[in-house]
Amino acid sequence: MSGSRGFRALLVAALGAVLVFLTVPIVGVFVNVPPGELLASLAQEGALEALLLSLQTTALALVIILVVGTPAAYLLATRSFRGRSVAVTLVELPLVLPPAVAGIALLAALGPEGILGGLLIDAGVQLVFQTAGVVVALVFVASPFYIRQAQAAFASIDPTLLAASRTLGAGEGRTFLAVAIPTARAGLLSGMALAWGRALGEFGATLIFAGSFQGITQTAPLAILARFGIDFTGALALSAVLVALSATILLSVKLLAGSPAFGGVAAR
Amino acid sequence: MRTIPLLATIALTLVACGGEEESASGSEAGGAPSEPAEEITVSAAASLTTAFEAYDERTPVTERFSFAGSDALAAQIRQGATPDVYAAANTELPQALFEEGEVGEPTVFVTNTLVIAVPTDSQIASIDDLTESDVDLVIGTEDVPFGSYTRTVLDRLPAGERDAILANVRSEEPDVNSTVGKLTQGAGDASFTYSSDVAAASGRLRDIELPAELQPDVAYAVAVVEGAENPKAAQAFIDGLVSGAGAQVLQEAGFRPPPAG
Repeated sequence: MSGSRGFRALLVAALGAVLVFLTVPIVGVFVNVPPGELLASLAQEGALEALLLSLQTTALALVIILVVGTPAAYLLATRSFRGRSVAVTLVELPLVLPPAVAGIALLAALGPEGILGGLLIDAGVQLVFQTAGVVVALVFVASPFYIRQAQAAFASIDPTLLAASRTLGAGEGRTFLAVAIPTARAGLLSGMALAWGRALGEFGATLIFAGSFQGITQTAPLAILARFGIDFTGALALSAVLVALSATILLSVKLLAGSPAFGGVAAR
Repeated sequence: MRTIPLLATIALTLVACGGEEESASGSEAGGAPSEPAEEITVSAAASLTTAFEAYDERTPVTERFSFAGSDALAAQIRQGATPDVYAAANTELPQALFEEGEVGEPTVFVTNTLVIAVPTDSQIASIDDLTESDVDLVIGTEDVPFGSYTRTVLDRLPAGERDAILANVRSEEPDVNSTVGKLTQGAGDASFTYSSDVAAASGRLRDIELPAELQPDVAYAVAVVEGAENPKAAQAFIDGLVSGAGAQVLQEAGFRPPPAG
């Protein structure tokens, strides 16, 4: 049938357009400047410091997201309660917020003049201009990526499995740790990867809320902006590292999730 | 994203064919509000935000603005962006772009004054107070003009005082707007910005003048970008900045005219 062939050609053309559009800019990062020059500009003062700071802050943010987000997602996935759908919406809201809005919102809430600013000052906590502020911004923008994925993963566990565990006397806490988390691990891992990737790329919220200072708050994306004006090669070099890092995170999680030991079926 | 300039070009062609006589008389003194909408894109230093938006309301053409640090805008032009107009908060960046063939010959159109900006209720009274260790200072990056002027000022101080002030820097911002935003939110106690930024902050900031021997020469230059979609309207925009509605708006916003000659 020529009609269905035409449709198939349309699908292929659409996918082709998507792939070209999404990959050409990334290729541009690598081919614009010779690899040797990219490497050399990474050695410049501040570049490695920014990368290191990015790794530290995103790792810390990820730990916080996992520790608090996993049980929260479990509750959302396995219980129905009043206001659950409101809670789900609130958790997802930062997903669609522009980063600049997230930064302004954090400043309006936790900044020195923010609604909780006085409490924080009394408690001796300073976030603005501090590495801790970067972590707060990262947790704010990245946690929904993990929680949403974790919630879906927990929700897809066969309820009789959890019931059986409880019948066998495991108790709620042990069922969560020993049955639910291992069963949902593929989904949890891919949520981790998404959250990490988002945190690694965070820019606007960090700049507005925490500021940009070398070694304290200037993460790799902020260092890219700082270099953009004078040192395009340096900005490209940092970008290349971020591309490589993000791709590594994505690939390793796909591989882990795909391997049978990690319940590969769910992730396909 | 090519469609918008394309549509603008088509619209312009139509205007050019149909309304030559009217537009010739209308564009002189920023009059003729009934003229068909022309459009130009303007990449301008963030410190020009308030003034240029007010200028837009007094010109027959529609300006689409991109406000950012002059250094970032220059980098965009070097990477192939072609706004119609480039207006920077110094003369070096437009001059460098001119020598590289990216923009036409720059014109100095306005000057500004660097000041210490503090929240209205601040206790800070002079540059010496910025050495106190409990002051959180927010300045521009080394490359954005207001950050580079800041370093010029600090380099004129005795080394000890300069280092004490630099030790209080908590953030290096890409443009004046993000700096002023931080100060008005109590994030940061002081910054070096332009007096026009303080004027634009509608009473939430006050300025502390710098001693005359520390004051750097802050001059703004503007140029038509090579390959501009609409060089004629771009030149008219610049002419209005030098002597016209733009010059008037700039003075109202706290800028000063360039030295004569």
